[in-house]
Amino acid sequence: MSTAILVTDAGFTPTDPAEHWLPPADLDSSPELCDPVRVVLTPEADPDLLGPHLARIVAIRIVFPAVADGRGFTLARRLRRMGFAGRLRAAGQLIPEQYPMARACGFDEVEIDADRALRQPEADWQKAAGRQGYLARLRRASAA
Amino acid sequence: MYAYSDFDESFVRDRVRQFRDQVARRIDGRLTEDEFKPLRLMNGLYLQLHAYMLRVAIPYGTLDARQMRQLAAISERWDRGYGHFTTRQNIQFNWPKLGDVPDMLDALADVGMHAIQTSGNCVRNVTSDHFAGAAADEIADPRPYAELLRQWSSDHPEFQYLPRKFKIAITGATADRAVTRAHDIGLRVVARDGAVGFQVSVGGGLGRTPMIGRIIRDFLPEADLVPYVEAVLGVYNQLGRRDNKYKARIKIAVHEMGLDTIRDLVEARFAETRSEFPGAEAALAEIRAAFRAPGFRAGGTAIPSGSPAFRAWADTNLAAHRRGDHAIVTVSLKTPGQQPGDASADQMRVIADLAETYGYDEIRISHRQNVILPHVRKDDLPAVFEALAAAGLAAANAGLISDIIACPGMDYCALATARSIPVAQEIAVLFETLDLAHEVGPLRLNVSGCINACGHHHVADIGILGLERAGAETYQITLGGDPTERIAIGERTGPGFAADEIVGAVERIVMAYLERRESRDETFADAYRRLGLAPFQEALYTEGSKEDAA
Ligand code: HEM
Ligand code: SF4
Repeated sequence: MSTAILVTDAGFTPTDPAEHWLPPADLDSSPELCDPVRVVLTPEADPDLLGPHLARIVAIRIVFPAVADGRGFTLARRLRRMGFAGRLRAAGQLIPEQYPMARACGFDEVEIDADRALRQPEADWQKAAGRQGYLARLRRASAA
Repeated sequence: MYAYSDFDESFVRDRVRQFRDQVARRIDGRLTEDEFKPLRLMNGLYLQLHAYMLRVAIPYGTLDARQMRQLAAISERWDRGYGHFTTRQNIQFNWPKLGDVPDMLDALADVGMHAIQTSGNCVRNVTSDHFAGAAADEIADPRPYAELLRQWSSDHPEFQYLPRKFKIAITGATADRAVTRAHDIGLRVVARDGAVGFQVSVGGGLGRTPMIGRIIRDFLPEADLVPYVEAVLGVYNQLGRRDNKYKARIKIAVHEMGLDTIRDLVEARFAETRSEFPGAEAALAEIRAAFRAPGFRAGGTAIPSGSPAFRAWADTNLAAHRRGDHAIVTVSLKTPGQQPGDASADQMRVIADLAETYGYDEIRISHRQNVILPHVRKDDLPAVFEALAAAGLAAANAGLISDIIACPGMDYCALATARSIPVAQEIAVLFETLDLAHEVGPLRLNVSGCINACGHHHVADIGILGLERAGAETYQITLGGDPTERIAIGERTGPGFAADEIVGAVERIVMAYLERRESRDETFADAYRRLGLAPFQEALYTEGSKEDAA
């Protein structure tokens, strides 16, 4: 299996195959295991369960099972509101249009598989990056 | 009128560029059909029975003459010379070619219009009272709030891929002309101790499972509108069912989990979102300035006398304006025999001219699929009437039985199980022929061509739902639905009627009402509340009455 691709503002890079992602259920059973802790969440996960562990988690990877399934966007914003300051990754079925949405919701990066990276090359993602929606503008206006 | 800013302008242009690029990427395979479909829908492009359909947003139903003329031009250049105004304050073009759509979107952008979020599983075009800014019973103009929500919901990064579509309606008057409680979120402006806020309902909707929105917040201060709505959407995006699209609307979540659970979740989330929008005052003040009332010209406070035709029209098609010397004019798109809600390019231009000459350049689209001139001096009414009459737009039937809401049905829609337009046309023509519509008085008759209820049949005095039974069209009747602040879902009368029986069935219902009403002042809705279903069932289903009508 070829490695997955990480999309960031800087473009494509291969993912680090050494990174190990724990399901949240393993957090309690293995408190000492593999510090720093990286956690993978499915979209129906309840982020409140991470609460007590949040400080020692360095990265969270949220799975997007289908392009039309936007639950991960809300999950990301909840985690940021809870104060999670580590790395947030959206992984799975995302298209370039969703990159700026993911960034605006608090994700740092998007992980796609090699097939998708071939079909939707780096240029498509870079074209989509940096789009600014109304929300940022509204926040600026109401903060002013 | 609200003038879009440079930001809006560049945002809309950018979306057109994106859409061109998306079409190209679909064609060369970079996007699969599953990936392209949500993009196509969030840009307003549906696949219908015979062709694509482009649904254009008319935010809170407000447009000006220049925009109306552009809609006329678009319909002539890329469609078939007409457009269809819908119950959601949109206009639909039924025959565009996919390759032309980006050009159509560019032409819309030239006049500050777009098709963004008119379909798809996102927050749809926010609808509002079509008399906003003009109605005599208004507490506050709802349009600035609707515009605030438009800006908030446009391209909202968290809410473009919701479980299902999400509809918000808002009214600022005591009468609810926006059917707020049939929406996912309904907002009614209320004043309390001198402060303006909203009564918020959630989980209303029509479709196959009609539900009346439940009051989730009795009073929401206006400054909290955006963070509160954001909290509702956040809760819904997380909880709404994704396993079954028929159970994915927020109404099902409210139904399955209970209002109290949803309310607790929303309030908890609201505590978080609130700090992100420290104050709506600045944004609202800026928007309000753009909704300044026109420079009204004073005039007489009496309706001028005129021909009997003018008087009949003035009796039905005018509503009370907040100024005594002005009136609100409903331009009926329901001339009996016409396709409800359709306007030709020429008619659109006539309306644009009248708005410019007599109406301070303001036009509205109503959820009953008519056009409104919200501010007309009473002195100018005869001239407006003459011009409308010459264009076939002066049907004196606003609010009467021939002012029918009808969805596109089998004539256009891929989901239809029956025709709805011909049924509406036949009923309108019948009452015209019998010359009974004025005698019957206010009566809402709505027709949907399938269970999705786009024609609002659940909230009509007489609702007609077209279904297919064993290969034949059959029409089910509901009675006693009400879209107003007294909202009610209609009750089924019993077995349905065949296509050649439905018009006679409606006639029997109306005759039963005329026989039993206490006086001309007792409307159908009031009589139904007093009498209940039974006498109408009797009129519909007993043998004798069937033969009378045959
Ligand atoms: C021709 C293409 C159309 C299609 C494929 C279509 C499809 C649908 C579907 C599937 C629903 C049910 C949604 C649900 O409950 O989850 C629905 C509801 C609705 N549609 Fe349409 N529709 C079309 C045209 C229209 C038109 C022309 C109008 C306006 C006249 C309209 C306005 C509405 C309204 C008001 C609802 C009410 C139900 C609700 O949202 O609670 N639709 N439509
Ligand atoms: S009610 Fe049914 S037939 Fe009518 S427009 Fe909606 S989906 Fe189509």
